[in-house]
Amino acid sequence: MSKLEEIANGVLAGNRRSIARAITITENTPEEAQKLIALIYPHTGKAHIIGLTGPGGAGKSTLTEKIVREYRRVGKTVGVIAVDPTSPFTGGAFLGDRIRMQELSTDEGVFIRSMATRNNPGGIAKATKDAVKILDAAGKDVIIVETVGAGQSEVEIIKVAQTIIVVHAPGLGDDIQAIKAGMMEIADIFVVNKADRENAEKTVMDIQAVLQLDTREKTWIPPIIKTVAVTGEGIPQLIEKIEEHRVFLQKGLLHKRSLEKAEAELIEAIKEQVTGSIIGKLKRERRFEKVLQQIVDREIDPASAAERLLNQELEKNSQNDEA
Amino acid sequence: MQGERKIRVLIAKPGLDSHDRGAKVVARALRDAGMEVIYTGLRQTPEQIVETALQEDVDVIGLSILSGAHMALFPRIMELLKEKGLTDVMVFAGGIIPEEDVPELKRIGIKEVFGPGTPTENIIKYVLENAPKRS
Repeated sequence: MSKLEEIANGVLAGNRRSIARAITITENTPEEAQKLIALIYPHTGKAHIIGLTGPGGAGKSTLTEKIVREYRRVGKTVGVIAVDPTSPFTGGAFLGDRIRMQELSTDEGVFIRSMATRNNPGGIAKATKDAVKILDAAGKDVIIVETVGAGQSEVEIIKVAQTIIVVHAPGLGDDIQAIKAGMMEIADIFVVNKADRENAEKTVMDIQAVLQLDTREKTWIPPIIKTVAVTGEGIPQLIEKIEEHRVFLQKGLLHKRSLEKAEAELIEAIKEQVTGSIIGKLKRERRFEKVLQQIVDREIDPASAAERLLNQELEKNSQNDEA
Repeated sequence: MQGERKIRVLIAKPGLDSHDRGAKVVARALRDAGMEVIYTGLRQTPEQIVETALQEDVDVIGLSILSGAHMALFPRIMELLKEKGLTDVMVFAGGIIPEEDVPELKRIGIKEVFGPGTPTENIIKYVLENAPKRS
């Protein structure tokens, strides 16, 4: 048995060491990751995947901890991926989401992994998608992905999660401005955390006001749940809404969303493999450098040069096929 | 681009003291040296520390302690690491640790002990040079 097969089998058996190693592989070695995911993919698709996003300071980690506890109370196993930003200057990262989840770390029904973005844009890491698959294959009933503190455009989470919770809290500054653009459109559930603060009602009304401006036809109207994560207030109601949304998805939308997700992943994989193989090959050829010089000399523009190189490449390939 | 190997470090504070300034300074220094640093906060039990190290698949653990309970807590941590098969993880310690305890701590597998006032560059250099090279 190869090392990868061994790890894959460990993941499927729910072995925590194997799960941890597997996630490291998805972060560090793309070629091995691809083989590993191929081995476990048939066993995925069972978990309900929740995305938790919103501005920094809204209380995402504390909320995550409380959601995990509530699911544990009803006997479900949970995986958590908590994403924090990588410094674009040093490449290092401070991963501190576990501070609020300490007591969960010795619960055998919970697996928590901190993950740095490694400068992937969009609020999650490149490996997050694969890490979710690993936790799914390991048999976790619920998987929570906590994004980096997100403002407007960090909406990559829609490619990963089935139920998206956008968390906000009163007094974070720009109020609803901060979650205006993309955030408002991706939410399946809104949470106004720290609802014991006096201006919480205003935050709720602001969200309502923005929601009413949304004229797209909808079969699911995102509810707004008030919580006080530190005390656990509102958590049972939140879980109820998550479950409602899960059932709602299963009645029809889930298949459509799965197809959309599959399409996005397939296209991304094709792009990556094409870039990987063709660029690698072109770079080794002399005409690549020649074209670079032509671009610099303004003899040809980059897009046209790319088209020409690609066409030549495809032609070569089709000749090979015929021969 | 995906595919870069990063040193992952767990900075943990076992025991009951609540002085985490040293731990945070070291965490920050290692982050600024390009490592991924997992920080778990105060008052960690040996069980929590080892389980976190396992789930996070870290290469290095840094233990910070000022309570004086290191001779009770560190052996338990090393024992649990062995039990869980995490024998390739490099462990170092810092805080208030008397000179005469250091030989025993090294005997049970703690690679290095840094006293108060150690320049962070020394710790960074040590970790970069001694972090296990894993595939």
